[in-house]
Parts: sequence; C-alpha cells; structure tokens
Amino acid sequence: MKIDKKTIEYIANLSRIELSDQEKEVFIHQLSDILSYIEKLNKLNTEDIKPMAHSINTTNVFREDKLELPISREDALYNAPSTMGVFFKVPKVIE
Amino acid sequence: MEYEVVIGLETHAELATIAKLFCGCSTKFGAEPNTHVCPICLGMPGVLPVMNKKAFEYALKAAVALDCEINRFTNFDRKSYYYPDLPKNYQISQNYYNLGIDGHMDMFVNGSIKMVRIHNVHLEEEAGKLIHPEEPGANYSLVDFNRAGVPLLEIVSYPDMRTVDEVESYMQTVRKILLYTEVSDCKMQEGSLRFEASISLRKKGTDKLGNRVEIKNLNSMKSVIKAIEYEAMRQSELLDRGETIDRETRLWDEVGEKSQRMRSKEESQDYRYFPEPDLLPVLIDEKWLSEVKNSIPELPLARKQRFIEAFKLSDYDASILTEEKVLADFFEECVKILDRPKAFSNWIINDLLREVKDRKLDISNLPIKPGQLAALVEIIEKGTISSTIAKEVFSEMIQTGKEPQKIVEEKGMAQISDEGLIESVIDKVIAVNPSVIEDYKKGKKNALAFLVGQVMKETKGKANPKIVNELLIQKVGS
Ligand SMILES: [Zn+2]
Repeated sequence: MKIDKKTIEYIANLSRIELSDQEKEVFIHQLSDILSYIEKLNKLNTEDIKPMAHSINTTNVFREDKLELPISREDALYNAPSTMGVFFKVPKVIE
Repeated sequence: MEYEVVIGLETHAELATIAKLFCGCSTKFGAEPNTHVCPICLGMPGVLPVMNKKAFEYALKAAVALDCEINRFTNFDRKSYYYPDLPKNYQISQNYYNLGIDGHMDMFVNGSIKMVRIHNVHLEEEAGKLIHPEEPGANYSLVDFNRAGVPLLEIVSYPDMRTVDEVESYMQTVRKILLYTEVSDCKMQEGSLRFEASISLRKKGTDKLGNRVEIKNLNSMKSVIKAIEYEAMRQSELLDRGETIDRETRLWDEVGEKSQRMRSKEESQDYRYFPEPDLLPVLIDEKWLSEVKNSIPELPLARKQRFIEAFKLSDYDASILTEEKVLADFFEECVKILDRPKAFSNWIINDLLREVKDRKLDISNLPIKPGQLAALVEIIEKGTISSTIAKEVFSEMIQTGKEPQKIVEEKGMAQISDEGLIESVIDKVIAVNPSVIEDYKKGKKNALAFLVGQVMKETKGKANPKIVNELLIQKVGS
C-alpha cells in the first residue's frame, strides 16, 4: 500500500500535529515501508481464524462495585497546563 | 408532497453503580467539581482500568430485558476523538463485539402494541462535563471530570419509528424498563438518561431511506419531540424545493427551538476503533446468563396487561400504577392483604399520588405502608368512617405515618351510626329550617340534600349519610 501526501495530512490532522512539507515527504516513505512490511501478513491464509481481540489469553477480570478514596482536587489539578478555580481550563470549545 | 418520517433513537443511561466503571471513584451526582477523580478516570499515563462487575452485569441485564442476542464473547474498544471532556482522548466503548445485538422492545402506542427493533446495546464510559462561561467573548471552557468514567449504557434502536407518538412511547418504555430492572435511576434532569435522534424523510410509499440527520443536545423528552417535529418540517421544505438533504449532525437549540449544523458527513469523525489493550475480554457462560435472566422482573407492559386482566382495572389506571415499579409493588402488596383492587387503585391514583406531588415526596420512600392503606379501606367498608372522613384520615396518615384506626380513635372521627343520636340532630335541623321543609313538601326535591348537608355539618361529617337520608325521609315524608 502506498501512502500519499493526502493520507499523511489526514493522519497528521487526526493526531493534531503540524508537519512541514519536508517532514511529510519523510513520513510518506517511512509509513509506506512499514505498511508494505506488514502487508506480508496478507499472504497468510486466515480464512477460519477469528480476529484476535487481545494478546493475553485471560478473560473476566473484574473489580467489585466498591468506593476507593479519590485524590485531592489540588493533586488532580496539579499537572494541568491551565486551571481556573476548581476547574481544568481549556481553549473554548466551539461545537 | 407527502413524506414518511423515519426515526431512530440512541439512548444513553448512566448505570446505578456506586463506583465508576474502571476505578473506585464515586458516581454520586452533585459533588463539588473535580473531587470524584483519580489517576484512572483522569486518564493519567500508566494507569490500568479494571471493569466494575456490577456495571457489566447491569448492562447485561438491560440487554437481556431488551431481548437482545447476547454476545457470549464480548470485548471493549477504543473510540478515539479529541474533545476536552474526554481526558484520555479516547473513550472506552464497544464496537466489534457489542454486549447485545438484534433485540426488540414492545411498546404501547395509541391503543395498540408496536415493536421497535434494537440494533445493539453496549457499555461505555461517560465523559466529563464542560462548563461554558457566561461572560461574552470568553475564549475558554472549564472542565469537571466528576462524571468521567461513570458507566454508561447505550441502546441503539433501528429506524423503526414513524411518528412523535411512537417516539414518546419509546422513550417512556425504555425508561420504565431501565427503572424496572433497576439498572439506572433515569433522572433526565441530572443527565442520567439522554436521547439522540436520527431522522430521515422519504416519499410515502417508497422504501429507500433518505439521508439521515442526527440531532444532539436534547435535554428532555419534550426537546426530543420538538426537535423531531422541527427537523421533519425543515427536511420536507428542502425536499419540496427540490433540494437534497445533507447527511449531517445538528445541535438542538432549546431556547430558540431550532437546530443548527454541527458537522457534515465530510467532517464526520474518524473514530479509529481498535480493541482496548488495557481490558480483557469477557466471556458470558450459560450459568451467568441464566442468573441474569432470572433476575429480570416482570416488565411494565406485561405487568400492565396482567393488572387489567387479573384486577379488572381500566387501561388508564393500570398504566399509571405500572408507571413506577415501586407503585405497582405497593398496589400488589395492598391487594394481597385485602382483595379490593379497584378501591386501592383509586386511593393510590387519586390520593396517594396527589400527596406525593403536593408534598414532593420520594415515591420510593412512601410515608405509608400497604398494610396501612389496606386498614383504611377496611374501616371504610365496615362503616367505621365515612369516605369523606377517610380523606382526612388519609392525609393524617401521610403526615404522621400513624395507623388509621389510631387516628380515628384519637380524633374521635368514627362515623355515627347511632340512630337515636342522628335523630336528635335531625330534629334540631328541622326545627331551624321550617321554610326548607315547606319547599320540600311543595315538591322541591333538592331541599332534602340541603337538609342532609346540615345534619352532616352538625355532626362534623361523622353521621352515616345513609342513615341520615333514611331518617330524614321518614321524618319529613317522601
Ligand atoms: Zn477515578
């Protein structure tokens, strides 16, 4: 599979990163290489094999519906890039 | 042009666990902002979510109650999108192996039963709450993560509804089922039950579905109905003008009673679902599933039909009694004690519910017990108190929680059936109302009612009205 510039721009947009034209060129090649490497798997016959949902063969791991102590609000807000009073502060949400 | 409106609904219900879905933070509503949070629900790096078993079981219970086929192998997926109310930049949800698929729900619409198919039922985590400052020109929003990670059930219907009556009934029926199965408290004002609608129009008589428009930000059942009516009108006007309908998501503006475009299909989000590596799949074995099946109570529609048949109640009475499970339970407890379904139905619907409304009582914590209402109905039937006095006794019971017999004794409210006593009062009333007696004798029959009223007044409503009537007729002649 070939990755084109449009795809790179789409992925960059999804990832909320800005790329220079030079970087886009680099990533077009790198991602194309990775994908063609992975594409080797398509040669395997997977007809009767169910898609794997998890790599660990364990199921049904639960916790009880019990309360545990929360952290303090000071701690919760401590690492936030921006806060206001008792809240996290974020750029205005348009939607 | 005549169009058919095709409507599907997505229902979100917060599940009634005490702790969040993947951590031990409280789900209690109304806490101080950002106090029910921990590294897990704040999406801090390196933390590991572990599934709350009760939340999973509640979701399973709802899926079974909605007659879904249960995926015996179920798994969770990451739904990626950037939105500041979502601390991890992805929501843990289900996409590839939903808990329940292909269910259905029967509902009562305009006198007949209609079935709506359920596409899927799945479990996911709730987002936080965004607060938009009131000040004009503010360039920021505030976030409270208390709700983030609360278990959220999503029920997706097929587009099987055609009218707002059906939509109204769907919402009410889903709500009742969730309340009956006790998986959610369904408080719309607290956001624990929400709906999103998708609407498309097609020419009457054609099969092909038109482009679908989704509507979000519907804060009450009323908004859902208004938004659907608005959207059906908007689309039909566009189609009449020969325009096409864009597939898009619109936001309902509750104040302006109109919707506006939020995003088009081209801008639609790419969620990049993939299996959540931090959680393990869940296998549901036969034993577990049958336990859950057995825990499901008789559902509201079935219960209502049974009330109509077994207790000879009207459709209306049966609907009101089965509206809330606690009320239906209360009614059945009463009937078990004393076989007077019609009397209990009247007391509950006319008096108990009025008191609940007037005094803003909590219906799940009523101040009177079924045995007390049964005792009240019994002493009315025995003739110990009149039905007028019974209303006073009832009101007293609600206020004090006392037994009806005790109230009657304490307040001397017992009905007077002593003919001698009643006769003496009648004589007094006749003596002071000579003109009324004359009117009556001249044939003015309603004068009798006035006299009965006077006797009742003299006895403070306690005289047995039947005896008063009989004695009066004897005295003044018929
Ligand atoms: Zn937490």
